[in-house]
Amino acid sequence: MSGATPAAPQAPAMPTLLKPEMKRTREGFGHGLLDLGQKRPEVVVLVGDLSGSTNVSFFAEKFPDRFIQVGVAEQNMMCVAAGLAATGKIPFLATYGAFASCRSADQMRVTVAYTDLPVKIGGAHGGISVGPDGATHQAMEEIAIVRSIPNMKMIVPCDYWETRKATVAAADDPHPNYIRFGREPVPVVTGPDTPFTIGKANTMREGSDLALIACGVMVYEALVAAKELETRGIHARVINMHTLKPLDEEAIARAARECGAIVTAEEHQVHGGLGSAVAEAVVQSHPVPVELVAVHDRFGRSGKQDELMTAFGIKSPDVVRAAERVLARKRAR
Amino acid sequence: MPRLTMNVPELQERALFVRRDIVALLARSQSGHSGGPLSSTDFGTVLFFHEMSVNPRKLDDPARDMWHFSIGHVTPVIYALMAERGYFPLVDLLGFRQFKGHLQGHPSKHDTPGIEVSSGSLGQGLSVACGMALGSRMDGNKRRVYCVMGDGEQQEGQIWEAAMFAAHYKLENLCAVIDYNRKQIDGDVQDIMGIAPLQDKWKSFNWNVLEVDGHDVAAILRAFEEARATRGKPSVVLAHTVMGKGVSFMEDDYKWHGIPPTREQADQALREMGTTLEEWTARLECHTAPEVAPGTGRSA
Repeated sequence: MSGATPAAPQAPAMPTLLKPEMKRTREGFGHGLLDLGQKRPEVVVLVGDLSGSTNVSFFAEKFPDRFIQVGVAEQNMMCVAAGLAATGKIPFLATYGAFASCRSADQMRVTVAYTDLPVKIGGAHGGISVGPDGATHQAMEEIAIVRSIPNMKMIVPCDYWETRKATVAAADDPHPNYIRFGREPVPVVTGPDTPFTIGKANTMREGSDLALIACGVMVYEALVAAKELETRGIHARVINMHTLKPLDEEAIARAARECGAIVTAEEHQVHGGLGSAVAEAVVQSHPVPVELVAVHDRFGRSGKQDELMTAFGIKSPDVVRAAERVLARKRAR
Repeated sequence: MPRLTMNVPELQERALFVRRDIVALLARSQSGHSGGPLSSTDFGTVLFFHEMSVNPRKLDDPARDMWHFSIGHVTPVIYALMAERGYFPLVDLLGFRQFKGHLQGHPSKHDTPGIEVSSGSLGQGLSVACGMALGSRMDGNKRRVYCVMGDGEQQEGQIWEAAMFAAHYKLENLCAVIDYNRKQIDGDVQDIMGIAPLQDKWKSFNWNVLEVDGHDVAAILRAFEEARATRGKPSVVLAHTVMGKGVSFMEDDYKWHGIPPTREQADQALREMGTTLEEWTARLECHTAPEVAPGTGRSA
């Protein structure tokens, strides 16, 4: 006997806010489509030569008869989806968000939205967190474009589970939807049982000194920022504004009234995104100081997810600094 | 399922009515396109009064054929065909482009029941028709899908994305028609941006290509018959037409692409067509309930 005590088998560390479970939102889209494939025979999936990277390959393997490869032709894909919808299908199309929102914007506007067809647009690789591909593939204008088009709904889920639920929920909505998701693994901050309703924001954390309103991966950054603010005795409410349109104006007005200061956080251009939408709602309901954490009117570039988010000023410390600014403005009123 | 099967003289008469409607409604609206609607009238009439199964009484009839005008600006002919075919009363044509009417400048599904998908931005319609054809086939629905395009519209890149798609998926239930009137809003197509040889282009995209005189009703009937019998590939009918056909002072003049006739010009045009503006407007005004043209067709 050596006398040494054998090490007890190590239980996997429970995920914590600072060491979260990491999962890709695009997988949530892929799995959401699988959920739908079984339940909804009218769901069909189109892709523009990006089956693997949008994870619609899961659906393609299971339901090959309802999978339509369109090739590199995003404009055609948007309108083919519209034609399919006109025959009673619920078409989901997938490509990179940069192309879905910009390349086929006119097709989305005239053929899909004006006709108000239930076309479901999956915009993959949203935001700067795409990383190495660089500016052309980092979609950062989607919210601005989509929410300006009548009849469109815009959903930016925060993690794997929410993307999966948003995908399933979109199929039940008889109008066109756009779902934005990302490439890289991102922290899981909701669970399979967290409620999700299109257009209804989720409060992730209570607080009344200020409200952090975020969407997408920035919900996690807001939660981390709130934890940091807590150590300074500041109680921040964190609101997951997963639906950009229709906007939960009631939740925003309540936050403005009860907290008196708001910071918005998004992985998107500052013009026309979440910050703009919240500011529009706030000035029309209960005006309070608002600070916007976003990409400030510049194109992305190649790099790693983390270093890009830091360089572009959209990590949790940026949210904390914005909170300090907005609280100073609140005090000065 | 209501498919009328009119013969050639009946179709020619119906086309004359449609042309008169177009001129009269444009005279009232004083806004809209004259040239393309008049060049599309003959094949449009063959589609609505012979070739297609449509059911104005039950718009979502699963047995209906589907039709889509990618050239949304030819609403005068679309609405005239719809009204003559019984989708809505003829009197409604006089509300074309008016705030209170239900006939938008470009086709709108939610304003005009019977329009399957709104259109108006060129180049998108063939893709829509591809989706309709593929969706119908996935459902085992035997319907056919018809898509009307313009020749100037062939300059849009998306047309060729859709052309590739339709041939790749062997959409034999899809039939496109191109109103080949050789004019577009800025001038002659060959001067603006040449599209010739158009037949070769479509052939090289693996389509069944049919060329017809787009004002020869008997030839148009035969072309649609041939398209219907074609297996394994989609068909396109290149309909050689004359812009402004039927109105002497509009024919073959690109300036009539996007403008309406004055009331005086409309009256002159209608006199060339054997009526007057007053007489034909009165016909539209007294027609307040839709009905399928009586006596001329038999159900197939």
